[in-house]
Amino acid sequence: MATTGHAAHRIIEKHAGARDALIPILQDIQAEEGYLSQEALEAVSEGMSIPLIQVYGVATFFRAFSLEPRGRRVVCACTGTACHVRGASAVLDELERQLGVCAGQTTGDGEYSLETVNCLGACALGPVVVVDGINHGHMTRADVQHLLGGEPESAGADR
Amino acid sequence: MIELTIDGAKVRAEEGMTVLEAARTQGIVIPTLCHFDGLSPYGVCRVCVVEVVKGKRSSLEASCTLPASEGLVIRTGSPRVQRARKVVMELLLSTSPKSKLLQDMAANMGVTKVRFQQKDRDCILCGLCVRYCEQQMQSGGLGFVGRGVSRRVGTAFDEMPEECRNCGGCEWVCPVCEQACRADDLIDGLCGGCLNAVPVESCPICTECSQSVGAEGHRTFR
Ligand code: SF4
Ligand code: SF4
Ligand code: FES
Ligand code: FES
Repeated sequence: MATTGHAAHRIIEKHAGARDALIPILQDIQAEEGYLSQEALEAVSEGMSIPLIQVYGVATFFRAFSLEPRGRRVVCACTGTACHVRGASAVLDELERQLGVCAGQTTGDGEYSLETVNCLGACALGPVVVVDGINHGHMTRADVQHLLGGEPESAGADR
Repeated sequence: MIELTIDGAKVRAEEGMTVLEAARTQGIVIPTLCHFDGLSPYGVCRVCVVEVVKGKRSSLEASCTLPASEGLVIRTGSPRVQRARKVVMELLLSTSPKSKLLQDMAANMGVTKVRFQQKDRDCILCGLCVRYCEQQMQSGGLGFVGRGVSRRVGTAFDEMPEECRNCGGCEWVCPVCEQACRADDLIDGLCGGCLNAVPVESCPICTECSQSVGAEGHRTFR
């Protein structure tokens, strides 16, 4: 994947390779390619002269980074304390059932990725589910169907 | 030169020393796990807690990262410190019950029961291996991966790092994989073997284990 290397190098250059720009650089790569490939991390490590394990450590530390290709749509259920006590686990179960994947996985057709997060800072709206960056508050089991069904190309939803 | 008080004795320390270093110059034993001479202080294991007395109040601090400063009053073996260390040992043992070093230290401190749920992770995340690799071997193939309960020591993509020089230092420095406790069953999270060890005044087989021995003196372990 020579292009990956190029994208990483271009992005590093844009940030002038400053060491404290590691996170913004990873964010940019992820925004461009949807995930952080091994090649991309290796290119970052080399380009910034940071040991690969440190880049890898940062990439695995933040939930926002994914080391695997993600689906075209990212469904992210909050399982933080406030959402949990308001029934986030039932919502997550329903999402898992309808998409047919476990949290952290992508549907076979590459359409949906289901992820969890430990608090979005919108606790008053709990349980919260984020679909493609848009927050949906006060989710219930029944809302899940609308959420997935109400969108175009919901082929991944198994109804 | 700074002057501070440790266990009632006036101790002179050089600027920039930590309380742990100042205590050790006087032969005052403070147990440590994540501290290692030649590696940067890390302050994660909390075994080295000491009490810092400020008038009527006092606080618990990790001595390995606490800078020695003028007029500091430190207690290294007060009941409060001992209680705190025991809890720390229980927590550490609950994640790595098979470590002989941890079992020995716990026995020395008089821990009689581990009250926390046992989850054997074979690692206390002390970071010694990571720092050893980076600071002594100038290799830097090891690091922390993940976060929270899934945080662990690893290599990038779980592959053998190119940088690794096969020195074996990471294993050698590890307090958990160094020597396994050979007890078959643990009772209340403890191997018990060491609790039956004989206390002795001076240790004929000293292996410079003083890191694991509390201020109360030595015991021999068989
Ligand atoms: S054996 Fe390899 S990974 Fe371990 S300390 Fe030595 S260089 Fe680092
Ligand atoms: S592997 Fe050993 S040395 Fe490394 S962090 Fe875990 S307990 Fe510490
Ligand atoms: S716990 Fe879900 S938004 Fe805070
Ligand atoms: S030795 Fe001080 S915190 Fe570990």
